[in-house]
Amino acid sequence: MKKLLLFSILLSACLAGSAFAAQHEKEITAGFIYVGPVGDAGWTYAHDQGRLEMEKLPFVKPSTYIESVPEGAESARVINGLVRKGANLIFTTSFGYMDATIDVARRNKDVVFMHCSGFKTAENVGTYFGRMYEPRYLSGIVAGKMTKKNVIGYVAAFPIPEVIRGINAFTLGARSVNPQAEVKVVWTQTWFDPGIERDAADSLLDVGADVLAMHQDAPATLQAAEARGAYVIGYNSDMRSFAPNAFLTAPVWNWGALYTRLATEVSTGTWKSTQIWDGMKEGLVELAPFNAKVPAEVQTLVTGKAAAIKAGTFHPFTGPIKDQAGNEVVAPGQVPTDGDLLSMNYFVSGVQGTIPK
Amino acid sequence: MVEILLDATVRAGTPILFATLGAIINERAGIINLGIEGLMLIGALAGFAGTFVSGSLLIGVLAAFAAAFIAGSIHALITVQLRGNQIVSGLALTMLGIGITALFGKTMVGRTIEGFERIAIPLLSELPVVGRAFFNQDLLIYFSFLLVFKVWFFFYRTRWGLAVRTLGENPAAADTCGVPVNLYKFLAVTVGSGFVGIGGAYLSLATTPMWIENMSAGRGWIAVALVIFAGWSSPRALFGAYLFGGITAMQLRFQAMGTTVSAHILQMLPYVFTIVVLVISTLRLQKGASQQPESLGLPYDREDRK
Repeated sequence: MKKLLLFSILLSACLAGSAFAAQHEKEITAGFIYVGPVGDAGWTYAHDQGRLEMEKLPFVKPSTYIESVPEGAESARVINGLVRKGANLIFTTSFGYMDATIDVARRNKDVVFMHCSGFKTAENVGTYFGRMYEPRYLSGIVAGKMTKKNVIGYVAAFPIPEVIRGINAFTLGARSVNPQAEVKVVWTQTWFDPGIERDAADSLLDVGADVLAMHQDAPATLQAAEARGAYVIGYNSDMRSFAPNAFLTAPVWNWGALYTRLATEVSTGTWKSTQIWDGMKEGLVELAPFNAKVPAEVQTLVTGKAAAIKAGTFHPFTGPIKDQAGNEVVAPGQVPTDGDLLSMNYFVSGVQGTIPK
Repeated sequence: MVEILLDATVRAGTPILFATLGAIINERAGIINLGIEGLMLIGALAGFAGTFVSGSLLIGVLAAFAAAFIAGSIHALITVQLRGNQIVSGLALTMLGIGITALFGKTMVGRTIEGFERIAIPLLSELPVVGRAFFNQDLLIYFSFLLVFKVWFFFYRTRWGLAVRTLGENPAAADTCGVPVNLYKFLAVTVGSGFVGIGGAYLSLATTPMWIENMSAGRGWIAVALVIFAGWSSPRALFGAYLFGGITAMQLRFQAMGTTVSAHILQMLPYVFTIVVLVISTLRLQKGASQQPESLGLPYDREDRK
């Protein structure tokens, strides 16, 4: 079967090759800048899985990646290094590389740069990120259905719009099926510190949470839930091996689909600088397969909502939405603009916690 | 509530406590060790890998001690035998630890083991307030209590301890008395490093039973600072490590309980405490009670004796 598949791919490649002989297909040498180690089992790990999937393309040569690059001006030197090594498509995978990416790109017009999660673009710099709030909303539905005490804990890294948006979407999802559910938030002020993440998760379990969710890079929250017999929603990548009993599902990144598409675009010369904010429809974000503990009716409910999101008939932030103080922030039937979503700085009603100012 | 807080304090403080005790043993013999962070990572990986391969937590802990002992012997070789710069060698050890664990840890990422479980001590664990925090913990924590006492006993109640302390104060005097200076210094560095390794293993075997690159996340540097904070004394190291662990645990729990105090202010607390304690200890120093070993950081060469 595999051989047959390979054969048909080769055959179609030959046919395509002859048909598009005129269309010059450039070989891609990609470079990646990672903010953490590939072994973090989280954010950077997910990007690296995407890189490996992209390298399956026949015209993509083995790529170079550099781990644990500090954010800020210093990163420009590292990005420059990739350019000198001959990379013609460079991914900078954290917000803090934004200015360095723009800076290096200005002096290397023949190289395409893709910066993750930023807002600055140039002729040869595009940005990309995912509508993680879509699967977050779905995971909230699961949490809302599975909690018995109506207390859900959320271990969160930094009070920035990306994280706040995730907490809000999650809470809206949980309250859509369980209006009694409350989401308690604890800020760790770090993306990556397994010890503190574990302690934050324990502190939420101590105040009665029976389902946990998290926006961190390490799977420590999962272990806390497993040890105390609670349920947990993962993040970043499918982390169920850390909590086989507690794990319910996880909103996860699937960078491979996007990286494959971008490499193909650059190779065929169809790439243009855009700001990509893909969602479940494009396959950039998704919900990890359910644990068998999630009842079939909940699975069906979530799958139905997922289909509606993909079809564009449902938006998680459809009004009416009230903030913590009870003020209406989204009018009934309205949907916030992408700009509003990207700058979100309030908690919706149902979240217990404060946003440090 | 107090019980839960104390319990979290002890659990968060233990890895730092092991690392601080290890560093104290180093510095009592006159050797500054800035490789603590790297040694913790080496211990964390060796502990996890040892347990993963053998299925035994004890073997994991022994592996952590042994691996950090061996890594520490590099620092000992450079600083004791070759009389190299202790700061540079220590920093190099930290970088080596970060790099080497990332390299060899790749196959351990995503693996799982059964970590240390709590073992309640009958009767004592029933005590109000302190029972749960101090007598319903895992074996490594009980070992850390013992180690605090052992380190104090060694330095203040044994001849060898006196000899090692003299190495940090005045190695020439020790030499004159026939103490094998280099051997004792070498052992202080390597054994101390071994205990730092167990501190790292606490993270990968008890706090979060898994291996992730860089999982010590700066705790080694806190330990380096705590040595000064503790005035090179093991009981005060216990106090300092729990203070740091406790403040972190406390601010997370305040948030979970829904206080309205800003998280930023709560997160400042450990650093405010550091400043307060530094001020207090400096004031004490001015009264002439310096606890820093006199020859800390200075290489010793018999030929160069003054």
